[in-house]
Amino acid sequence: MIRLEHLTKVFGAPGSGVTAVNDVNFEVPAGEICVLLGPSGCGKTTTMKMINRLIEPTGGKVYIDGRDTDMIDPIQLRRSIGYVIQQIGLFPNKTVAENICVVPDLLGWDRKKSRARAAELLEMVAMEPASFMERYPKELSGGQQQRVGVIRALAADPPVMLMDEPFGALDPINREVIQDEFLRMQETLRKTIIFVSHDLDEAVKMADKIAIFRAGRLEQFSTPDRLLANPATPFIETFLGSDRTLKRLRLLRVAEAMLAEVDVVRREDPVEKAGELMRAKGYPAVLMLEPDGRPGGVVSGDVISGGQASARSGTCGDHAEPIRAAVPVEADLHSTVALMFTHDMPIMPCVDEDGQFQGAVTYRSIIKSLSIPETPA
Amino acid sequence: MNGASAERAWRGRPRPSAGAGRPVRTSRTAALPWLLLAAAVGAWCLSSDMPAEILSYREDIIFLGRQHIELVCWAGSLAILTGLPVGAILSRPAFRRTSEFILQIFNLGTTIPTLAILALSMTILGIGIVPSIFGLWAATLLPIVRNTFTGLRSVPAPLKEAARGMGMTASQVFWRVELPNALFIIFGGIRTALAICVGTAPLAFLIGAGGLGELIFTGIALYDLPMMLAGAISTALLAVLTDFLVGRLQYYLVPRGINPLR
Amino acid sequence: METLTYAYDNLDLIAERAIEHVSIVAVAVSIAVVTAVPIGIAITQSKRVADAVLYLASMMITVPSIALFGLMIPLLSPFGHGIGYVPAVIAIILYSQLPIIRNTYAAIADVDPALREAGIGMGMSSSQRLRQVEIPLAIPVIMAGVRTAAVMNIGVTAIAAYIGAGGLGEFISRGISQSDPRQLITGAVAVSLLAIAVDLLLALVQKLLTSKGLSIGAAA
Repeated sequence: MIRLEHLTKVFGAPGSGVTAVNDVNFEVPAGEICVLLGPSGCGKTTTMKMINRLIEPTGGKVYIDGRDTDMIDPIQLRRSIGYVIQQIGLFPNKTVAENICVVPDLLGWDRKKSRARAAELLEMVAMEPASFMERYPKELSGGQQQRVGVIRALAADPPVMLMDEPFGALDPINREVIQDEFLRMQETLRKTIIFVSHDLDEAVKMADKIAIFRAGRLEQFSTPDRLLANPATPFIETFLGSDRTLKRLRLLRVAEAMLAEVDVVRREDPVEKAGELMRAKGYPAVLMLEPDGRPGGVVSGDVISGGQASARSGTCGDHAEPIRAAVPVEADLHSTVALMFTHDMPIMPCVDEDGQFQGAVTYRSIIKSLSIPETPA
Repeated sequence: MNGASAERAWRGRPRPSAGAGRPVRTSRTAALPWLLLAAAVGAWCLSSDMPAEILSYREDIIFLGRQHIELVCWAGSLAILTGLPVGAILSRPAFRRTSEFILQIFNLGTTIPTLAILALSMTILGIGIVPSIFGLWAATLLPIVRNTFTGLRSVPAPLKEAARGMGMTASQVFWRVELPNALFIIFGGIRTALAICVGTAPLAFLIGAGGLGELIFTGIALYDLPMMLAGAISTALLAVLTDFLVGRLQYYLVPRGINPLR
Repeated sequence: METLTYAYDNLDLIAERAIEHVSIVAVAVSIAVVTAVPIGIAITQSKRVADAVLYLASMMITVPSIALFGLMIPLLSPFGHGIGYVPAVIAIILYSQLPIIRNTYAAIADVDPALREAGIGMGMSSSQRLRQVEIPLAIPVIMAGVRTAAVMNIGVTAIAAYIGAGGLGEFISRGISQSDPRQLITGAVAVSLLAIAVDLLLALVQKLLTSKGLSIGAAA
């Protein structure tokens, strides 16, 4: 757990100096990732560096697990906090193993123990220890260097990590991969992490909490979803961009927007039944299930409202178009909406991993799910 | 290997071609050492009659000093006149294969002590002014060639590409883009070279070309301190002054956009 | 041909003077390393001090060696060492300061700030950073400075024969005064070969002292 109380930094002489961080308060519960977000010069990096006292605060306190960091020797404090920087900062004169073991060696760990730890960490990021331990940083690709930079910070198993735009130097594809990998690791490691970023998408993806900074002040501190749904100030609203609602879609699962009690038709039902369902329930189209419980087709509204006489008779099977896509219930709404747009499907069937029909989402149900959450963050 | 060899034969001044080289600023900080020196000289003048004895060599200093300066001017200007074109030619793409090899030889050449160069020059050409100028020229040439070469080679490729892309001919690219951008490094080479030239010139006395070396060597041989100091002090001042002047020239002649000193 | 015969007949003398020559340079450059490297590290703390020190050292090196020998005679005579081994060693120590201080300073100052930040952030003390990161990274450049100093001062030592310091310059000085091209060429060639040999040897040492992690990139 990290708690910041009235944290303030003034550069230069007091009174005439520049206030880089102004009375910042927040608390990150143990095991969560808190992303400090904001434009450059907003004080987010300064705030982070005051946590391991790379920058000494002008005022205020930082508590880690309830301990006042002012009471701890800064060198000891830094050895107990994992630190990852954007430029990675691997020491080129040290091998991968030596780099990972910097902090364990500083702490005087037994060599065997620290090297075993290095191997274990390399395995965690899918780098074969036998072939990577003795390599030098220059012999690694950018992505591999970044992974080593992250596991170096984990070497002494610190409960708290500070990450300063740790994936900023990577190309977008590698960044996504490493972000996913890191989130998977975090699921088991449960570190308390302060993560500085200027990339909103990254923040939304990584964060349990987002702290938005502006000109040294903490503007808003909340979960990503609440932030996107409820920007506290016009500045944040501008910063989040006009497409913030679309960004929220990434945070929501299909299950949250799914109509579980949706009425469907069978192949042998008269097409009239589909028409009635649309009129009565307001469905844009009606899904048709196969006998084995999979979605098999869709009777669209055009068929019913179209003037052709033939459309008024026959079975649903005669008029249904084949299903072009279905989404798993655990998918995120962002990709679901993309599929609905791509295939022009006003109603999208949702399936479990066996392909069994679970429910459906419509544009309307998605919009409903985006309504502002009632519970406080 | 190249970075290291560029460090070699360093004599006196920052050379930007040397990877680690940093411009040494001469302003402001210059005052302190000079004040100390002046204080020391002042104290010495008051406590001894040596300055008067040294000044009795005034006429010799002027006569030999002129010889000394002539030697330096001849050798230095010949070296610049030959070194610049040679460096420029070696830097052309046509010489890409051979230039590295030639530069290696040159780097080896810069390790040869200047006294040895003068001695070899004397065995070939005998004694007198000409072998001295030849020897000084040979010792002075290498830094100029090398810096001209590396300066022109290190002009960023995108600059040359942009120039060609705008329709410059090869010679326009050379005169308008490559040369101006290499100027600072080339000047660094000239400065180093002239420092070597001035530093070696006293040795020219040994092979019969006169110069201020005459006072020093004769003074040492006869254990005549005033004579020796008359030569040593004026040689040292001349060297420091030359380097200072070339440094100023470099400061003012190289345009600000590419001059790390300004 | 005559020269070769002379050289062959005097191999012992050549070896003796070469050893004399090398010992002057080796002793002086070793002392210079001990003084110049700490100075180079220390001046990274202040740009102003660094400028002043480098300016002083670069002025020092501008003074022609024979003039420096001359200037030292009255200063060292009171101690009985006006000429000979001592002024030669002192001159070389002075000349070696600039290349070694300058390279040490530049190399330490040029260490990537990210590495420094990473070191501090992981809880290294400043002496741990110096030992584990900064000096290992600076070694190749510092060694280049040592190499420059050594090679340059082999030439200075040759001139030191004129103040009675011995060494291979003795062949040249006698060759000139006796108008004996055999001695002259022997001396000039020997001292040149010595300079080249020392240069190559120190290049090898430089390579051996450089961390493998640094040389990989240079070779690629």
